[in-house]
Amino acid sequence: MTETGAIVGAENLSLDIGGVRRLDDVSLRFEGGGVSVVMGPNGAGKTLLLRCLHGLQAPTSGRVTLDGATLTDRDRLRQAMVFQAPVLLRRSVAANVDFALKARGIHDADWRNACLARVGLLERAGDSARRLSGGQQQRLALARALATRPQVLFLDEPTASLDPASALTIETAITEIAGEGVRVILVTHDVAQARRLASDVAFFARGRLVERCDATRFFDAPHSGEAAAYLAGRYVL
Amino acid sequence: MAEAIALALGLVARGDADLFEIVLLSLRVSLTATAVACVLGLTLGAFLAVARFPGRGAALVALNALMGLPPVVVGLLVYLHLSRSGPLGFLGLLYTPTAMIVAQTVLITPIVAALSRQVIEDLHREYADQFRSLGLTRWQSMGALLWDGRFSLLTVAMAGFGRAVAEVGAVMIVGGNIDHLTRVMTTAIALETSKGDLPLALALGLVLMVIALGVNAGVQALRLPGERVAHA
Amino acid sequence: MKLIKKLAIASTIAMTAGGAFAESIIVQSTTSTANSGLYDYLLPIFEGETGIEVNVVAVGTGQAIGNAANCDGDVLLVHAKSAEEKFVAEGGGVMRTDLMYNDFVIVGPTEDPAGVNGTDDVQGAMAKIAETGAPFASRGDDSGTHKAELALWNSAGVDPKSASGDWYRETGSGMGATLNTGIGMGAYVLTDRATWISFENKQDYDIAVEGDTDLFNQYGVILVNPEKCPSVKAEEGQAFIDWLLSDEGQDAIAGYRINDQQLFFPNAPE
Repeated sequence: MTETGAIVGAENLSLDIGGVRRLDDVSLRFEGGGVSVVMGPNGAGKTLLLRCLHGLQAPTSGRVTLDGATLTDRDRLRQAMVFQAPVLLRRSVAANVDFALKARGIHDADWRNACLARVGLLERAGDSARRLSGGQQQRLALARALATRPQVLFLDEPTASLDPASALTIETAITEIAGEGVRVILVTHDVAQARRLASDVAFFARGRLVERCDATRFFDAPHSGEAAAYLAGRYVL
Repeated sequence: MAEAIALALGLVARGDADLFEIVLLSLRVSLTATAVACVLGLTLGAFLAVARFPGRGAALVALNALMGLPPVVVGLLVYLHLSRSGPLGFLGLLYTPTAMIVAQTVLITPIVAALSRQVIEDLHREYADQFRSLGLTRWQSMGALLWDGRFSLLTVAMAGFGRAVAEVGAVMIVGGNIDHLTRVMTTAIALETSKGDLPLALALGLVLMVIALGVNAGVQALRLPGERVAHA
Repeated sequence: MKLIKKLAIASTIAMTAGGAFAESIIVQSTTSTANSGLYDYLLPIFEGETGIEVNVVAVGTGQAIGNAANCDGDVLLVHAKSAEEKFVAEGGGVMRTDLMYNDFVIVGPTEDPAGVNGTDDVQGAMAKIAETGAPFASRGDDSGTHKAELALWNSAGVDPKSASGDWYRETGSGMGATLNTGIGMGAYVLTDRATWISFENKQDYDIAVEGDTDLFNQYGVILVNPEKCPSVKAEEGQAFIDWLLSDEGQDAIAGYRINDQQLFFPNAPE
């Protein structure tokens, strides 16, 4: 494990949508090694937090930082995101990865093939991306994100409703990538998955950061009643 | 009707030279106009789909309204420009196939632009976050959307071609329906109707419909194998 | 992008290929002469002798004169003498010369609701049509035929405009379209004889009124003024006019027949 990854932060981040406060004065930093997991019940603001951190959504107040400086459009090229529902172009598997590389002015078939191999899709390179199964599509989305060699990788419930084999492939890749020094921030509902992957946890409820600590402590002795209730499967909105 | 069908079959069967000349000119004029309108209209449509600027709403309303431009009005506008006494009269284009291509291009570019704007905007809604995440520029986004929407956009192009090949008002005014020079299917049909030769007019109409069917079938044949790969 | 480049090249080729021929002239003409098939008969003879290609734009006389006034044509061949003389007087044309004539006829349905069949008094027939309110279809398009029709109403002492939309129906279209419409609604129609003879959708219609000297329909030919319109091909245009007015051209006009009927009667000045 390395300690040299990019540092992603939010300072007094608030987000209103349609007059409703969806993120409320969130301040936190993702640093250190391993996989950071963002958890919380539905409506906690997990996805919106990721969108703000990736610059897809401008905060109402506060700011998002990368390595201490306010996030710019150019900074987004150092980041990548895998969405809950993969958005694939109507092209072949290989062309989807090539497209992400080309956007950065890169053409590198060997690297593309290496990325596809990492998620077990190399032999499907010539197939239509839209004809892959749901699990394969999400693996391709991950390969495409990795192809851009991001320093920060956001994953928004990437394994929700996937087949076990695909989920395992993705989890393995996530662990490896974090080990290579990439800052990985994962939103998940799957407590078992969080236990397997997390090195630290940020727990949200109703748009507020409720708990922020090491994974071990979070799962063994959650500080807040909300987190304890959530982990026990008793959380009521 | 039966007489018209028999007449149409007879014209085609004996390879009527005049008919083929007219058919070829119809295709040349309308396909060229469609090609030019696609270059202009798809670019404009893609731009309007991804760009956000003040007055965009008004521009979209105007563009959609232009889809209803009457061909006769287009013909008149182009005539006034290409007339010897008009600003572009020195080009000497009036009563040439080029003038007809210009008129049909003016007629269908708004159709291609407005329909493609809708197609591309729907696609963009799906892709926008992913494109921003990948750090695409506006031009890169437009190119990717045009390519990924290519099968729907082919239908848009066909709609433009259909409008072009079927209109008579614009080509009549700027082409002049000159025999062996600017006579196309629709102006020939109008001429035969005015001569009272309704069976021949109807026969030509049937031939025109078969041509439109042929062009669309050809496009569909190109499209199916590609679509299977892209799974659009 | 490759595809777009190809399309651009294709359209450029199509555009350049559309350029005019080296020796060709444009004749702004009336629909009646074109629809009757006269040009299909005359032009190959002229083109064979001179190599000059003649392109005919057939529109109503009003629009033909308007187009020629915009310099969009080399020769004007229409039938509305006063409008033609005005066009020349305003500098649009060089000189107007009588070329040929045919005559107008009023066609109507066999049941003859106005009771005008067989008369040769056109004003009397028109007054009767107005009186009985039998439908009458007018060109209403400022063409030579329309102008002649209005002059006839005037001399018959009838103001048809006051019945517009009632028994007087202005189609606003060409001769053939007006015949189609008029026959469809059982209306009388004033038409030039040449168009009527060659018209193929006569149904139960026949000539009701003919033979009045007031139905005389004179065609004139004019070279568009090259001093006003430098684009005019004066030499080729004049060659065409000279040929039409020559003995040979006049004989050719007289020789054009449909169903064994002569359609146009040459009367160029000697």
